[in-house]
Amino acid sequence: MAESMHDTMVEREIDRRKMQVSEEVAIQITGMNKWFGMFHVLRDIDLTVHKGERIVICGPSGSGKSTLIRCINRLEEHQAGQIVVEGTELTSDLKNIDKIRSEVGMCFQHFNLFPHLTILENCTLAPIWVRKIPKREAEETAMHFLEKVKIPEQAEKYPGQLSGGQQQRVAIARSLCMRPRIMLFDEPTSALDPEMIKEVLDTMIELAEEGMTMLCVTHEMGFARQVANRVIFMDDGQIVEQNEPEEFFKNPKSDRTKLFLSQILGH
Amino acid sequence: MSDTSFVRTEMLAEQDPPPTSVGVIGWLRANLFPNWWNAILTVLCLAAIWYVLSGLLGWTLRSVWTAGSLSECREVMIETWGSTHGHACWGVINDRWLQLLFGFYPPELYYRPILALLLLIAALAPVLFADKVSPRLLYVTAAYPFLMPWLMWGGSIWTPVGVAAGFVVAYLVGRALRGAVAGLVLGILSAIIWWMVWFGFPVQTEVLAAGLGEGLAAISPDTAPFLLETVESRKFGGFMLSVMIGVVAIGCSLPLGILLALGRQSNMLIVKAICVGFIEFIRGVPLITLLFVASTLLNIFLPPGTNFDIILRVMIMVTLFAAAYMAEVIRGGLAGLPTGQYEGADSLGLNYWQAQRLIIMPQALKISIPGIVSTFIGIFKDTTLVSIIALLDPLGLSNSIRADTDWNGIYWELFAFIALLFFIACFGMSRYSMYLERKLKTEND
Ligand SMILES: Nc1ncnc2c1ncn2[C@@H]1O[C@H](COP(=O)(O)OP(=O)(O)OP(=O)(O)O)[C@@H](O)[C@H]1O
Ligand SMILES: [Mg+2]
Repeated sequence: MAESMHDTMVEREIDRRKMQVSEEVAIQITGMNKWFGMFHVLRDIDLTVHKGERIVICGPSGSGKSTLIRCINRLEEHQAGQIVVEGTELTSDLKNIDKIRSEVGMCFQHFNLFPHLTILENCTLAPIWVRKIPKREAEETAMHFLEKVKIPEQAEKYPGQLSGGQQQRVAIARSLCMRPRIMLFDEPTSALDPEMIKEVLDTMIELAEEGMTMLCVTHEMGFARQVANRVIFMDDGQIVEQNEPEEFFKNPKSDRTKLFLSQILGH
Repeated sequence: MSDTSFVRTEMLAEQDPPPTSVGVIGWLRANLFPNWWNAILTVLCLAAIWYVLSGLLGWTLRSVWTAGSLSECREVMIETWGSTHGHACWGVINDRWLQLLFGFYPPELYYRPILALLLLIAALAPVLFADKVSPRLLYVTAAYPFLMPWLMWGGSIWTPVGVAAGFVVAYLVGRALRGAVAGLVLGILSAIIWWMVWFGFPVQTEVLAAGLGEGLAAISPDTAPFLLETVESRKFGGFMLSVMIGVVAIGCSLPLGILLALGRQSNMLIVKAICVGFIEFIRGVPLITLLFVASTLLNIFLPPGTNFDIILRVMIMVTLFAAAYMAEVIRGGLAGLPTGQYEGADSLGLNYWQAQRLIIMPQALKISIPGIVSTFIGIFKDTTLVSIIALLDPLGLSNSIRADTDWNGIYWELFAFIALLFFIACFGMSRYSMYLERKLKTEND
């Protein structure tokens, strides 16, 4: 499976010089805990994400990966600990939440495009209503990012008329139109056919090259090797292991990690 | 073993289909006579339709159009056909159609309801056909709620202007105090204060309670230009009254229903409890009961001497009734939306009301169009119930027409005419909803 994954990846020279990680902190999570009712989903999460970092989060199903990144933009509420995003702490203050959400872009497994709006309207909606940008300007920005994800010609269509891969790229463009400082991806390729996975990963790689801070939940280990500067392995709601991708894949320390890698890489 | 290999040496040319499967014959065969059993059914149905129609059409067409009374009608029938059986007497409609349309509204002022109707069309056009009509007409839509009562009840132009200005004040105050509940509450408060000041201190309940009706008109009768002659509520009637109550109930129940549906989904416990309680209470009580409350019981609670216009009371009751049903229809639409839509909106930083207005409601309302329009149609027909509390809607009028010795004993012709009026309105709504569904469907995929 690892081999086939590699085949779908672009074999391209990635410009690592541009992918510098700065000392500045983008996200600071300390002692964060979350429960769903009585169920302890996230336990004592400590995580610091620096500007420009590209982090891949993996782990078995139900380990709390989605919940973790959904806590970062308050799609889920944490009950204990602290999450600070770009210097703003996430509390129940609605103003803070809306501010952080407009700084943090998110792509979902099922795209969550708005089916009643055209692609262009999907992309301009939040800039116009949240950022209060004039319509013309928002449309120009939207076209810029649609060109970047290579589907400017679909701007007038509706999401239902696009393929899965195209929809996911629109979703990425839609997030980018808000000019976010951090991008969250929750399994952006796991609902896609293999040939579409490549086009979405290409877009994400390009984003990484431009120095975007990214947190990706994904099982695309080829992508992790190529782009990530840190891989985090979660199990049972905890961070079990984190390391640079080379080390992580070559010398996993924990038994759980080894087991997981052997399953996913099929050795 | 047989030889299964085959190679075609000659390609087949295209051929016409057999004549029995195309054209008129083909259509007849496919739709009416596909086999013996269906052919028998078709013939039986045609016979039944013929039987009903021949009776009905005979009654409708072989009829008397000009007559001043039922007995005159009967004489003409005997003269012409030798019997009174199976012939309609449309003389009553000929004689009383203006009354059936306008009630006892003063005939010299008929231009006012007619103007109100024309304005209604202009006000609805930009809402119903947003893509075909200039959005500038929306100004008419915005002004209509204030113009309509003025045209219908008359009085000074300052009355609707003052009421409208109150809303502007509320809006400005609400905007100045951006967001949050405080803005809403203070906005409403300042509007109330505005109305108190506008319509004269010291304020009596009468003034507030009469709302848009004649009570207000009486306050500043001579101080204004464009003074329209006042028409009292008891002169209102006929199809005009049905349309008025129907339009107000339809227009107000949709926004109210949306708010109730959202309240029911809210995670604020008290808001939710109030909404659920309201919806369940209203749905559990027959409309007639609410109308009786409006006509009699309400007087017990209001301070004595209060002049709370009966039509306004009925409008409020019918609106509340419709809103409860509307809320449930819209809740169904909301339930049909995947949670991903909420998350998509949230993740972009849209606030609650933006998300509702731009993302959730357009989709939820689209899903609920058939249910919403059914509720509209139902509520419009239910306006005939006001005849029970002695308002003169068309059915109420038909009773008072029969009370006249000239037309004593005439039923079917009146009912047929009233049914026709309602059918036209309801069928129109039903067709519009189908048009809208088709349009939104092609738009999105
Ligand atoms: N809204 C919820 N209410 C209750 N339990 C939930 C809720 N959402 C998730 N869970 C539970 O929390 C756990 C973690 O869920 P989460 O979606 O974060 O897992 P995941 O690591 O993303 O898994 P997957 O790889 O399948 O997406 C799971 O056991 C799940 O059943
Ligand atoms: Mg998940």
